[in-house]
Amino acid sequence: MGNVHDHAHDHGHDHGHGAEEEEGAPGTTLADRTYIPAVMRGIKLTLARFLQPKATVQYPEESVYDRGSDDRAIGTQNPRLRGEHILVKDEQGREKCVACLLCMAACPALCIYIEPEAAPADWGPDRERRPKVFELDMLRCIYCGYCEEACPCDAIRLTPKLYQPTTSRLERVYDKQRLLENNQDAQVPQRPRK
Amino acid sequence: MSDWVVQAIATAVKAGLVIGIAMNIVPLLIYLERKISAYMQGRIGPNRVNLVLGDVRYLLPPSMRDAVPASLSRFKLIPGSLQPLADAVKLAFKEEIVPASADKVLYYLGPLVAFVPVATALAFIPFGTGTWDLFGTGHVIDLRIASADVGVLGLFAISSLGVYGIAAGGWGSGSKFPLMGAVRASAQMISYEVPMGLALLAAIATVGSVDTQAFVYEQATTWGGMGWLVFKQPLAALIFLVAMFAENNRLPFDLPEAEPELVGGYHTEYSGLKFALFFLGEYMAMILMCSLFVTIFLGGWSLPFVVDPSGTSGLNALASGLVFLAKIMLVLNFQVWIRWTLPRFRYDQLMHLGWKVMVPLALANLVVTAIVLHLAA
Repeated sequence: MGNVHDHAHDHGHDHGHGAEEEEGAPGTTLADRTYIPAVMRGIKLTLARFLQPKATVQYPEESVYDRGSDDRAIGTQNPRLRGEHILVKDEQGREKCVACLLCMAACPALCIYIEPEAAPADWGPDRERRPKVFELDMLRCIYCGYCEEACPCDAIRLTPKLYQPTTSRLERVYDKQRLLENNQDAQVPQRPRK
Repeated sequence: MSDWVVQAIATAVKAGLVIGIAMNIVPLLIYLERKISAYMQGRIGPNRVNLVLGDVRYLLPPSMRDAVPASLSRFKLIPGSLQPLADAVKLAFKEEIVPASADKVLYYLGPLVAFVPVATALAFIPFGTGTWDLFGTGHVIDLRIASADVGVLGLFAISSLGVYGIAAGGWGSGSKFPLMGAVRASAQMISYEVPMGLALLAAIATVGSVDTQAFVYEQATTWGGMGWLVFKQPLAALIFLVAMFAENNRLPFDLPEAEPELVGGYHTEYSGLKFALFFLGEYMAMILMCSLFVTIFLGGWSLPFVVDPSGTSGLNALASGLVFLAKIMLVLNFQVWIRWTLPRFRYDQLMHLGWKVMVPLALANLVVTAIVLHLAA
């Protein structure tokens, strides 16, 4: 398709070919006015873009944090980020929560609902109560961390884990089992404690 | 069976084949366009609407199912391959809104007139050899629907009617942006038909015929099968290529539907299936123009060492059809490629390029061609 300049780089005009530059200012030569060299450069550029790696992150299957990018804006996660809650277990595998309802009272979004019950007899004399129902509505939660601060037993914590999208609102209401299972997820990093 | 009965049946079959294939290239093209544009912008493009063949673990005996990871168990044939179908379903279920100020007759006629002539003009395109001996029965089948002597001229006469659909749609919408889009479309398509026709005239002069099949035979039998007019008439090919973009209202010439200026251009007021028909007509016009470019300048269905231009076997005919299809797909992809490379022209630049650059160039090319042919004769 005609006379294509031998521009080795896309920024070829920085070190233009002397003979052509002297004849006239850029844009006045015949080659420039036919636009053909420019179009060829454009075609080359779009082809290079076509072949280059893609920036798309397949959320929710993968997250920007999985990429380990050098880009500090997207590739790193602040360990102090307040994400999904967990219910902590003690050494014997029992939930630490004693159903004192302090987190429920502290919550400004009213997203925690707890029904207490008497702890099983074999849990020993140090445990009297435990939650029968512990529901946390992740859609109402504002991730302020007040529940974590209010808890006297270090039973509820926020992790830097971001929540996964769901197809229904009901799935966003986590029950006790889910909150306890969240804890066992090896992927969940722990936030630094005060 | 007498020959005309066979030919009549063959013509009906050919018509079904051409429309069927062309209509199936459209979703493929939509998919490719979305994928290519995404790739050029550093994205992946549609990949969620898949043809999933269920869970392959259920093909295994129950005891072995757990051995296959769940992530490997679902076949995704081509990621996003059903996206055009999803688009079509979406459009089919959209509410049809007819503007109160619309001219009802023209409004309903617009999409039809934009689509039908373009689909009709495909009849003149030779999609395979002209000498297929039908299973050795002695009936010679010409692989194009209309074996008319008017050839390219007839094709142009019919496909040029497509602009009436756009004009009718824009005028009938009773709204200002569609009207402006329609006016631009009319002016642009009329302007670029002139250099296109002049470039074509030079090609016709070189070949010495307007018959579309004659174009292919001329190219397939000279210069060792590579006597393509893109080599014999490079300037005419370039002019035709550029005019082709303008005729199809594709970027960099998509002024009739320039989104930042005219909302949606001539189809602003259209919704649902009427919009889909406009869309279909646009893509069919792309297929038509690309087939025409392939036929006239890229040797049509011919390819040295693959297709024998005078062969009579069925295999040869099939090969010619596949070569033609491959060439169209390449040119179509080139159109998409250009779309994401060049920005839109300004309206005065468009007219300047059409009338002050391409028409004189095409005329000069025609004169030089005539002189060379006269001296050679």
